[in-house]
Amino acid sequence: MRQVIIVGSGPAGYTAAIYAARANLAPLVIASSVEFGGELMKTTEVENFPGFPEGIMGPDLMVKMQEQAERFGAQIVYDDVVKLELDGEVKRVTLGNGEVHEALSVIYATGSAYRKLGLDDETRLSGYGVSWCATCDGAFFKQKKVAVIGGGDSALEEATFLTRFADKVYLVHRRDKLRASAALQDRAFADPKIEFLWNQEVAHVYGDEKVTGIGLLDTNTGDETTLDVTGMFVAIGADPRTHLVHGQLELTPEGTIAVDGRSSRTSLPGVFAAGDVVDPTYKQAATAAGSGVVAALDAEKYLAELAPAVLAKATAVAA
Amino acid sequence: MSTAKDVTDATFQSEVLDSDKTIMVDFWAEWCGPCRAVSPILDAIAAEHADKLSIVKLNVDDNPETAMKYGITSIPAMKVYRGGEVVKTVIGAKPKPALEADLAEFLA
Repeated sequence: MRQVIIVGSGPAGYTAAIYAARANLAPLVIASSVEFGGELMKTTEVENFPGFPEGIMGPDLMVKMQEQAERFGAQIVYDDVVKLELDGEVKRVTLGNGEVHEALSVIYATGSAYRKLGLDDETRLSGYGVSWCATCDGAFFKQKKVAVIGGGDSALEEATFLTRFADKVYLVHRRDKLRASAALQDRAFADPKIEFLWNQEVAHVYGDEKVTGIGLLDTNTGDETTLDVTGMFVAIGADPRTHLVHGQLELTPEGTIAVDGRSSRTSLPGVFAAGDVVDPTYKQAATAAGSGVVAALDAEKYLAELAPAVLAKATAVAA
Repeated sequence: MSTAKDVTDATFQSEVLDSDKTIMVDFWAEWCGPCRAVSPILDAIAAEHADKLSIVKLNVDDNPETAMKYGITSIPAMKVYRGGEVVKTVIGAKPKPALEADLAEFLA
């Protein structure tokens, strides 16, 4: 049995792993089979993570965090958690390959999943012009016209990235101003390839086998127009990934995992949560990393206060 | 490194379309993080089902002709070919159990 299992391998999970490993807790990190490293694996240049004045590629940053955690003894498993049993003194974590791991504490840092527009044709044409990942799919739209849907940081990052390939990038936003940071806004406004379409909602995605256009609804006038694009990149935010803990942990009205004050303590003893899955507001790599620190320190304190006989169960087997 | 054999624009006809076996082509690129993530999973599936399904890789940057012919707009894209025809398409990196479920008819 382990002292602590960390579920998730984004900035929160790996930072928690670094701290837990340095506290000699020998953490096991369940990193996911295909989404290890988290959301930053799908980004290019990260310019706002402290310590990298020239910027760093998102995947490179995540490999560094992984190596730093491993250096201090964290063990990483590239599989997916399919079941979590969190009540009671011993927590059970079941993986996709059928293995069951037990621990006295769990740090839950599963991040968030991209939100969809909710249109039938969006799902049907996913992978055929509808995309959630400009860095993955942008290169297939050389000299094409594409639309990016959204008004936050990720929408503007995707729009700017897509100008490397596409002739024209429409930024479709349902409001008349952006949520994105000033630096990203300035860059996008200055880009001659990006055209902003304000107060527009996506009502339709057209195309039989691949996207041929999208139908927009003007939120002020109700007018419908068709935009001739062959790609639609959806960047309208993300929802916390809580399906594994539904019915076990208390959630907030925003859908994130409820934690006690500024701590990472969830509604169950020995279960801590960190990163975007507890954060409806900031959702930055640096805030997630800080949140991972909090979770590791909270877990360390929880373990230290357990009866020696209980703790011995974990340390005996892990050694 | 993947253990899958590389196919190219030049060899696609002979090694995939003209093959008498069922062949899955993994369309990928160096810069695609999810492609790198799914690669070892495809290797494992290929190793466990070598008698049923061969898995090969096609780099879309080096082989744009084939990628364009099959309308690739999102990678990783995995297409199963039988008798020169696409009989199944799976798009996106997925965990091993999910991929095995998608490919069940070719692995049984």
